[in-house]
Amino acid sequence: MNTAVEICGVKFKNPVMNASGTFGSGMEYSELVDLNRLGAIVTKGVAKVPWEGNPTPRVAETSSGMLNAIGLQNPGIDVFIERDLEFLKNYDTNVIVNVCGHSVEEYVEAVERLADCGNVSMLEINVSCPNVHEGGIAFGTDPRALEEITKAVKKAARQPVIMKLSPNVTSIAEMAKAAEAAGADAVSLINTITGMKIDIYKRSFLLANRTGGLSGPAIKPVAVRMVYEAAHAVKIPVIGMGGIATAEDAIEFIMAGASAVAVGMMNFHDPRTMLKLIEGIERFMEEQGIDDLSEITGIL
Amino acid sequence: MISEKAVVIEKEQLAEGIYGVWLKTAAAAEARPGQFVMLNTGSEAHLLGRPISICDIDREGGSLRLVWRVAGYGTGEMSRLESGDGIDIIGPLGNGFDISVAKGAENIAVMGGGIGAPPLLGLVRALHEGGAENVDVYLGYRSAAAGLFLAGEFKEFAAVHIATDDGSEGTHGTVIDALRSGGKQPELIYACGPMPMLKGIKQYAEERLIPAYISLEERMACGVGACLGCVVKTRFKDGHSQVENARICTEGPIFAAKDVDI
Repeated sequence: MNTAVEICGVKFKNPVMNASGTFGSGMEYSELVDLNRLGAIVTKGVAKVPWEGNPTPRVAETSSGMLNAIGLQNPGIDVFIERDLEFLKNYDTNVIVNVCGHSVEEYVEAVERLADCGNVSMLEINVSCPNVHEGGIAFGTDPRALEEITKAVKKAARQPVIMKLSPNVTSIAEMAKAAEAAGADAVSLINTITGMKIDIYKRSFLLANRTGGLSGPAIKPVAVRMVYEAAHAVKIPVIGMGGIATAEDAIEFIMAGASAVAVGMMNFHDPRTMLKLIEGIERFMEEQGIDDLSEITGIL
Repeated sequence: MISEKAVVIEKEQLAEGIYGVWLKTAAAAEARPGQFVMLNTGSEAHLLGRPISICDIDREGGSLRLVWRVAGYGTGEMSRLESGDGIDIIGPLGNGFDISVAKGAENIAVMGGGIGAPPLLGLVRALHEGGAENVDVYLGYRSAAAGLFLAGEFKEFAAVHIATDDGSEGTHGTVIDALRSGGKQPELIYACGPMPMLKGIKQYAEERLIPAYISLEERMACGVGACLGCVVKTRFKDGHSQVENARICTEGPIFAAKDVDI
């Protein structure tokens, strides 16, 4: 039985990774989770310079999910390379660095800084954060802007490039095609869905940013549908995420066309969620007589 | 830091809406006063853990005492825990109180407002065991009728001064009013309570150049420093974030009052 997968020439020991922003750079959870067991660690979005992020409250619980409006607070690429990437050298797992920016130039500068970092397996370009007004989602909701940034990043990148897509669009297929046409090596989806929560007693918004990104099991059916649509629209690999809590959830995404899957909010609920997925996927393959995940990837 | 299923040894109701448990957990081995744990009831609708401060530590017995006010679903579910029940715990988390700064300090004021009192009990016990004398505890409550929870237990270790919003017990007003009416100026302050109280203590301490350590809270998702949900504005660039933001769950929850913008 083989749980290993290969995406854009990069080998993963299993198809399970975290969704960016829900696992820090692995360091924060390293006392609770054996990072060596993960298919990859996807680091929290990092920009050319440090970002302050949004005012608090930045998070709110919702039914089977949560809203967040962190605003991509990050320490900047220099400290990230010296501290976080250095830390990850101690582990035998792929590192996928999520990159954010306010402009094409800022994305490109961060990507250029990562070019010589030996332990970076892939880049994931965040063009879909709903909580940052300039950059972020602006690139992820207009196919022409998405093509422009994909081309610019691809030109600068030494590692395979994953474009992380926003669900806050009319046609996810059109966005996936735009990324593919511009040279993206893979796409990942979905990022969070824009939402809002109101405190009826205080007559105010729960989040200081008013709106935030919804994640967690509440969004899973939306994510499965979008992964299915994107996988049918493009030939490049799709990494699926959105509310995955169990191995059964992960297998839904794989059958819908995902070559790998990421766990987001559920890392907060139970830090062992990714490990449970890895074990559960193996169990499912054994029960169903599946030798290789490719047998069920995109079968629908 | 550990993540496991803790077991309820004992459950108590201290006042209307105020509950406590002693939990058998490996987290007790390394816990310090002022730290907290994340408790998760396992609901499929309410997925995030609840950050609850550590009230007291029984290291030999391997257990932690937690006391909380019912504020919503999670704390409501927790109030229905009974002896023998299991609950998911991650902890201990955060920095805890720095007790070394109390060495040699005379007149230490420990100030708690409402549900800010519980984490101070473990602190006062530790100060007492460390030989600190002249510890005065100021506790603020809504009213005598609503319950002066834990006040009696603090008396084992220190002089206790009560303030109530309605004047039904002790000083009529806040813990700062109680401190002022005592006439004794502290050399060091530890505090935990609602934000208006902490702002008042920060101002009181800064005007008099008294070091003050305050325990902050904020809505948080992970509790371990990964999500960056629970930050506080800081006066200086924070080493981890590289901006003027520190994580309450990790760099805190205890901060020098002068270092944070609240």
